[in-house]
Amino acid sequence: MSDASFVRSEMLSEQDPPPTSVGVIGWLRANLFSNWWNSILTVLCLAAIWYVLSGLLGWTLLSVWNAGSLNECREIMIASWGSTHGHACWGVINDRWLQLLFGFYPPELYYRPILAMLLLFAALAPVLFADKVSPRLLYVTAAYPFLMPWLMWGGSIWTPVGVAAGFVLAYLVGRKLGGTVPGLVLGIVSAIVWWMLWLGLPVQSEVFGSGVGEILVVGLGESLASISPDAAPFWLETVESRKFGGFMLSVLIGVVAIGCSLPLGILLALGRQSNMLIVKAICVGFIEFIRGVPLITLLFVASTLLNIFLPPGTNFDIILRVMIMVTLFAAAYMAEVIRGGLAGLPTGQYEGADSLGLNYWQAQRLIIMPQALKISIPGIVSTFIGIFKDTTLVSIIALLDPLGLSNSIRADTDWNGVYWELFAFIALMFFIACFGMSRYSMYLERKLKTEND
Amino acid sequence: MATMTDPPRESFRLSMLIYDTRYRSLTIQVIALFAFMLLVAWIISNTVQNLAGLGKEVEFGFFGEPASYDINQRLLEYTSRDTHLRASFIGLLNTLVVAILGCITATVIGVFVGVARLSRNWLIARIMTVYVEMFRNVPVLLWIVFAMAILIESLPSPRAFRGEDAPQSLILNDSVAITNRGVYVPEALFSRSLGDVRLFGESSVRFDVSLDLIVIIAVLAASVFVFRRIRAWAERVQNETGNRPTTWHFQIAVLVVPTVILLAALGFHLGKPELKGFNFAGGTHLRNSLIALWIALSLYTAAFIAEIVRGGILAISKGQTEAAGSLGLRPNRIMSLVILPQALRVIIPPLISNYLNLTKNSSLAIAVGYLDITGTLGGITLNQTGRELECILLLMLIYLFISLSISVGMNIYNKRVALVER
Amino acid sequence: MKKSVFYGAIAAAVVLGGAAGAATLDDVKARGNLNCGVSTGLVGFAAPDASGNWEGFDVAVCRAVAAAVLGDPQAVEFIPTTGKTRFTALASGEVDMLARNTTWTFSRDTDLKLDFIGVNYYDGQGFMVPKALGVTSAKDLDGATVCIQTGTTTELNLADFFRVNNISYEPVPIETNAEAQQQYLAEACDVYTTDASGLAATRAAFESPGDHVILPEIISKEPLGPVVRHGDNEWGDIVRWTLNALISAEELGITSANVGELAGGTNNPEINRMLGTEGTLGDMIGLDAEWAQRAIMAEGNYGEIFEKNIGENTPVGLARGLNAQYTDGGLIYSPPFR
Repeated sequence: MSDASFVRSEMLSEQDPPPTSVGVIGWLRANLFSNWWNSILTVLCLAAIWYVLSGLLGWTLLSVWNAGSLNECREIMIASWGSTHGHACWGVINDRWLQLLFGFYPPELYYRPILAMLLLFAALAPVLFADKVSPRLLYVTAAYPFLMPWLMWGGSIWTPVGVAAGFVLAYLVGRKLGGTVPGLVLGIVSAIVWWMLWLGLPVQSEVFGSGVGEILVVGLGESLASISPDAAPFWLETVESRKFGGFMLSVLIGVVAIGCSLPLGILLALGRQSNMLIVKAICVGFIEFIRGVPLITLLFVASTLLNIFLPPGTNFDIILRVMIMVTLFAAAYMAEVIRGGLAGLPTGQYEGADSLGLNYWQAQRLIIMPQALKISIPGIVSTFIGIFKDTTLVSIIALLDPLGLSNSIRADTDWNGVYWELFAFIALMFFIACFGMSRYSMYLERKLKTEND
Repeated sequence: MATMTDPPRESFRLSMLIYDTRYRSLTIQVIALFAFMLLVAWIISNTVQNLAGLGKEVEFGFFGEPASYDINQRLLEYTSRDTHLRASFIGLLNTLVVAILGCITATVIGVFVGVARLSRNWLIARIMTVYVEMFRNVPVLLWIVFAMAILIESLPSPRAFRGEDAPQSLILNDSVAITNRGVYVPEALFSRSLGDVRLFGESSVRFDVSLDLIVIIAVLAASVFVFRRIRAWAERVQNETGNRPTTWHFQIAVLVVPTVILLAALGFHLGKPELKGFNFAGGTHLRNSLIALWIALSLYTAAFIAEIVRGGILAISKGQTEAAGSLGLRPNRIMSLVILPQALRVIIPPLISNYLNLTKNSSLAIAVGYLDITGTLGGITLNQTGRELECILLLMLIYLFISLSISVGMNIYNKRVALVER
Repeated sequence: MKKSVFYGAIAAAVVLGGAAGAATLDDVKARGNLNCGVSTGLVGFAAPDASGNWEGFDVAVCRAVAAAVLGDPQAVEFIPTTGKTRFTALASGEVDMLARNTTWTFSRDTDLKLDFIGVNYYDGQGFMVPKALGVTSAKDLDGATVCIQTGTTTELNLADFFRVNNISYEPVPIETNAEAQQQYLAEACDVYTTDASGLAATRAAFESPGDHVILPEIISKEPLGPVVRHGDNEWGDIVRWTLNALISAEELGITSANVGELAGGTNNPEINRMLGTEGTLGDMIGLDAEWAQRAIMAEGNYGEIFEKNIGENTPVGLARGLNAQYTDGGLIYSPPFR
């Protein structure tokens, strides 16, 4: 007999945790009712959510979809619920949603902005999801700046081809003069100027009344204009930019502004970091001036002053003028984002490039920019979100973006008096687009973080 | 950088301007300067030509003419017979008012939400996330319009306050009326007032300073001074003798009594809003346009500030929280004494740019009819006089000046709180 | 080659000489369409429908001019403008004419270098109040809160009216008509003031229009008319006489239905002169003989345009009033076609 009266020969199985700390109840206790203060807050929050949702859901769901005018809506509401209060009239969205998306773009050509949008995703994919997408898509990225204006504005295929050729030529010349980066810069600048001249051409050709460029520009304008739809392959019906409107216009202004501001922003950021005093002063002055004034004043400049600053008689389309000003606006912000990226690089990278004997532009192209741009992408995306949201301001200068259109729609006697439904729809569309982009930006930040650790 | 041996001295050739690194930067700078000056000259010459073509010339004489429009929300007195310059000045003050109010509330809400997003209460953290995402991803112009519309639709109109058994009544002892035309709060009145002093004569930036206010401030300042002297004296006594004399009743008396006596002497009373005719009369009227703009800008900017605050807090290493916890501090105290002060260094630079954004976004005031500088100088004055060039350039300069002042001020502050690195 | 063209273009942009051509007519013909500045949306006067076609009283004037000049009433680009951008758009040549409820005032006509070529609608600023207020005259509005749209002559008239009558008011400036409606209906303002035509259109959109009255006082004269640039008188003549043709057509009984028939020749020499079967009026303004026929064909004569867009049978429901022909006691009066 041993002394011990009891020896456990086998371990007891683990006891279940108390029922109040597992499952739904446990989760509730831990997260919502951990102490009396939290419990009060939780109850208050629930009450607030209930209050908001009960009003909102009733309005959203108990609503009229099929109606051709506000009065019809009201009749249906009276017939169904006996009152017109607390019910949305989505008939206006049903009637006008295409207009809110595409503005006055000809309906039979809707495939073009849609295609441009899809191509945009294809062009961005290799940049945004570099590890998941075949790098061959980069060809789409390279072609996109030439394809997109052609798709949107139409015309002959030779125009984008000409611009691309001009780009390549300018690039080659620039490379001969100063190296790859100046070449790229010159190419991009020439492409942008080219597009602008071409888009402004119908008016331009009347304007260049005399001077050296007359023959060239007018001749060019006529030769472009004289390409008849039958003679040219891949002729797309031209659409004037004042037909653009709705969300298409917002996206277009945003994309053009960000696309064009990227090279400009890189130059400004480099200029600001440069130790050449005058170059630095000009860049700093430009950036601080643009960042110091509200976008709306720049839009006022676009709508009322830009024509005064340009040679007498020059007359760009208002949408083009707005794009120019928004691009300048975006470039200043972009420059700051890229400057942040440059500052994020360790000094060793610069010194390493120097020790390899690379010159300034080689170092920028091969060592600095690839790294700086990569860490700047989240900042670029949030700049884009900001610009995209700010495009609503163009409604103040009479462009028909979604907000501007909502005003025009209310001026139709059918829909005079509709208020919340249009705003709700516009807010929802902006939310979906911006929320998606900000999620992407967060995903990227997480990825960059893990890579750097 | 490796030291370079001096290249052999040779005579200067023109090609050295491009190929010799010693001269190249000079060449580039000279070219840049010339290009810049050419651009400016080009724009100016175009402008002169265009203006001549339009038969206009740049002149600012129109600022001296009567504005002939009314501004409802204003800090200083103004009538429609005042000049355009005066109207612009009133507008500028309105911009500053909404910017300052907005920055303060945005900071308060932003810090609160940023901390609450890290709350252990799941529901609160979620609600705050929804709030932040909602406001960050919808244009501010829409929020401003929404805020205005919600205020107008959800609050009672003054008519609801009328009659014996009115559906609505004033709150806070019948002194504050919240209506869909704005909030009426009591104003301070003095029945034996000392009067006003007018500064800057009859010029457009003139304003009246209430002598009552100056006297009150002077007395308060004197009280505070004496209050601190008493405290210093008490501390000295404590240091010398070890016993701290009881002074709190003196201190409170010094602080309160002179001011109360002064107020009584001036005949201080509150002017409460009363329903007269169509509207409330008396009291101070904060218009809905101001409130809507203020709320919308604050909430919008607060969503961004919340993210900055959250990022700043998360940037502080967890060891700080744990160390503070091991010292026995409660969570609230850890946040306010340990985490936030450190996070502030990360938070301040982006905070400045959000203040700037708020100030610039206040230019959307026109959407709710709040007459700020954009609404007066860049709006009605511009429309009436047709002087686009002068009005818009001046408007941009004013905003630039405000922005630069904010940046400079905040940068100085930032330098002071920044961690001095070895 | 491309590069040389590119540099050429840059050079052209830098060198540049000649000023903008003064001949708007040639520009319009070369371009093949008329650029017409309209409002961003004003009930009954200009608004795009679901398929993007602009309609309205002001829009019809543009279409008539396009028909007269280019032969096609559809050859118009409508360019929305705000109160702020409209005059610059015109001055810079972005639009060829404005048909945008613009009030003809001295300073606009002279200082801003515009030419008002006539009046297509005689308006005046009025007040709308809820019936329940029991107000019968604008002079009873002491202390009232008044909603006004900013950026127009309206707010100036309002300030003057209250100052002259020595009564106080609280202005609530508002950016768009939609917001004004919303504020007014929520009683955030007691009174809504704008042009009487706008008041009628706004009231028509209410759920119960009968609860609101438009006060008898009209406190301003608002002659609204198309505007062209100062200095191009040929173009101004075309727009002026197109508008006059529409007005005369109503007076003479020419409608879009019978214009084809009357163009065959009538015993009324004025009709014949106008429609081009007699005389050379078209030549005198640089157009062909049938210009007026086409202008009338486009949207009908003045009366037809009025009835179709803002008349009593439309939701806007405006009576002719001052805008009746002078023969019916109105102010609409065209100089003779002779």
